[in-house]
Amino acid sequence: MKGHGRDDATPAAQAPGGPGPAVSTGPAQMDALLPVPTPLLEARHLVREYRVGGAFTRRRQVLRAVDNVSLQVFAGETLGIVGESGCGKSTLGRCLLRLDDPTGGEVLFENRDITRLGERALRPLRRRMQMVFQDSYSSLNPRRRVGDLIAEPLRVHPAPEGSSRTAAAIRARVEELAELVGLSAAALSRYPHQFSGGQRQRINIARALALSPALVVADEPVSALDVSVQAQVVNLFADLQERLGLTYVFIAHDLSVVRQIANRVAVMYLGAVVEMGDADAVLHSPAHPYSAALVSAVPEPVVGLPDRRTVLTGDVPSPVSPPSGCRFHTRCPAMRPVCRSEAPKLRPLGGEFRSVACHFPLTAA
Amino acid sequence: MTATPGFPLLEVEALTISLPARGGGWTDLVRDVSFSLAPREILGLVGESGSGKSLTALALMGLVDAPGARITGSARYRGRELLGLKKREMQLLRGAEIAMIFQDPMTAFTPVYTVGAQIDEQIRAHRALSRAGARARTVEMLGEMGVPDPARAADRYPHQLSGGLRQRAMIAMALSCNPSLLIADEPTTALDVTVQAQILGLLRRLRRDYASAVLLITHDMGVVAETCDRTMVLYSGSIAESGPTDALFLQPGHPYTAGLLDSIPPLHGPRPRRLPAIPGAPPSPAQRPQGCSFRPRCAFNHAACLDPPPMLRRGRQDIACVLPAEGRDLPPRPMASFDAPVPA
Repeated sequence: MKGHGRDDATPAAQAPGGPGPAVSTGPAQMDALLPVPTPLLEARHLVREYRVGGAFTRRRQVLRAVDNVSLQVFAGETLGIVGESGCGKSTLGRCLLRLDDPTGGEVLFENRDITRLGERALRPLRRRMQMVFQDSYSSLNPRRRVGDLIAEPLRVHPAPEGSSRTAAAIRARVEELAELVGLSAAALSRYPHQFSGGQRQRINIARALALSPALVVADEPVSALDVSVQAQVVNLFADLQERLGLTYVFIAHDLSVVRQIANRVAVMYLGAVVEMGDADAVLHSPAHPYSAALVSAVPEPVVGLPDRRTVLTGDVPSPVSPPSGCRFHTRCPAMRPVCRSEAPKLRPLGGEFRSVACHFPLTAA
Repeated sequence: MTATPGFPLLEVEALTISLPARGGGWTDLVRDVSFSLAPREILGLVGESGSGKSLTALALMGLVDAPGARITGSARYRGRELLGLKKREMQLLRGAEIAMIFQDPMTAFTPVYTVGAQIDEQIRAHRALSRAGARARTVEMLGEMGVPDPARAADRYPHQLSGGLRQRAMIAMALSCNPSLLIADEPTTALDVTVQAQILGLLRRLRRDYASAVLLITHDMGVVAETCDRTMVLYSGSIAESGPTDALFLQPGHPYTAGLLDSIPPLHGPRPRRLPAIPGAPPSPAQRPQGCSFRPRCAFNHAACLDPPPMLRRGRQDIACVLPAEGRDLPPRPMASFDAPVPA
């Protein structure tokens, strides 16, 4: 797989003047001798630590939820972040949007360091980056009508210069958004509890898109949905990206869903990115033993597959006291002595932005 | 009914669970469900939320506690009727002969006793064993379920164990009296995939090591494909299709089964530009459409669907749909192309 569009056969991704900014095909263009595109979003050595152990314990410990993560997200692409619970993928997502304050490192949005911007300075940027959460119900105020919920960002944020936000303009925009996500106009006067999970997630997406953001970080947006409905929402994410030229950071534990939507994926384990690269490359020929085990553990809805499973033993170690050396060495089927003492750095592997943090990667290119 | 080898362990016939409807009458949450389970067989019960799969299991265990619920039909375990069994008799069966594990082991264990004490209690309720004897059995069971350092784990409280260990402890508790039937309700849904793989391996081993049959309730078609001998698909309280897992996955007969399989994004093979999603959402039990419940979402909806669908045999499957009778079988699904290398 060479192209970085959603699919090689996607007409819109290849059409000249397609949606999104000039570099909408993502890092594929890096191969050519074009000037290096600047990423829409970049994390440099991002760290987020929490103090754990409360008032009643003697020793307070530090939990490093995100440990030295560097990544880039290019305009128009989808970066999938996968990993098991507790790997830090949600914390990373929140730090990228400054919904959580990183302990160290930098976050750059549109080439501007936003790591230490105050709330006031962040405000105009907030409209450019939005988030969609897993729990579609708790993110919607149950006492407000859907129309008001979608309109809220429009009322809170001042209108861009040269336009006005009259009640009529807001109503028109809300109706436009409802249509965009496939909600009927009648839905706008109802309350969140009157909708199914899939419909509620559409409401959340409409609200996130109200201010025409460039970047949407979606944290497990389809995990709580039944498969038949999940497919509808995954398709909606793809359609919206095509129509609006959106850039996504898509956080999920379901590798099949991530493969469907993401151009590139980053695999996280215990707070760190252990492998990153083209979605199909990483999922079909994983280079890190953890990615390989993760992929092989996915039960596929197909009968008669050979049992190729690498079943990991044990549980994920506590992030409060991660293992020495390579953080995966305690469960790694290919562990060698050096893995115990020396932590492997995330280093490039082959081309196409592929990188892996392993002393003995499974694939060479 | 699908033929099962040997004498059935469990035979469920026309199980219907209803609640009093507003304004009189009854609303059927589970409608006319029939199936049988042979010894050592793993039967998958799949469906989306609200399809009635968990309720079916609770009815078998005598655990439906909704006020006013009406349960009709029959469920015979080794020829003995379970529905309407006296509380005391049910208690003797439950845990000893039929055991159940749940999605969330945190709520299945009480937080105030150690895991070991709770497993000891279950063993002593059904077996005449001393405390020390029960504890020995507990530690043995925990060890067999792959809990490292089982003697120490038995002395821990549920919150001190990880999700995977808690689920193992619950399976250990369920199997401690060597039940012939294990009902597992979404046993891996709350777990990460690498831990899920461990637990599913454990369930597959049960028939060999304990001669147990398993009724596995799940929403995950992947889990079914790799675990179950036979599969039963529920939609809106009724069986849409049932049959041997390989036949059902290779050529689903009901449009809902086919749609469900198509909705799952493939991990391997070509990536579809769009997922073939099923439009709409399942109806609520009180507002099912006339005739086939799946009719409003079905691509094959036609006049004949206004009548309740017949349960028809096609090949090795039973299908609640008129299409096979009309000679319009659904196409077989493409075989998985396997382009992933075997991890070293």
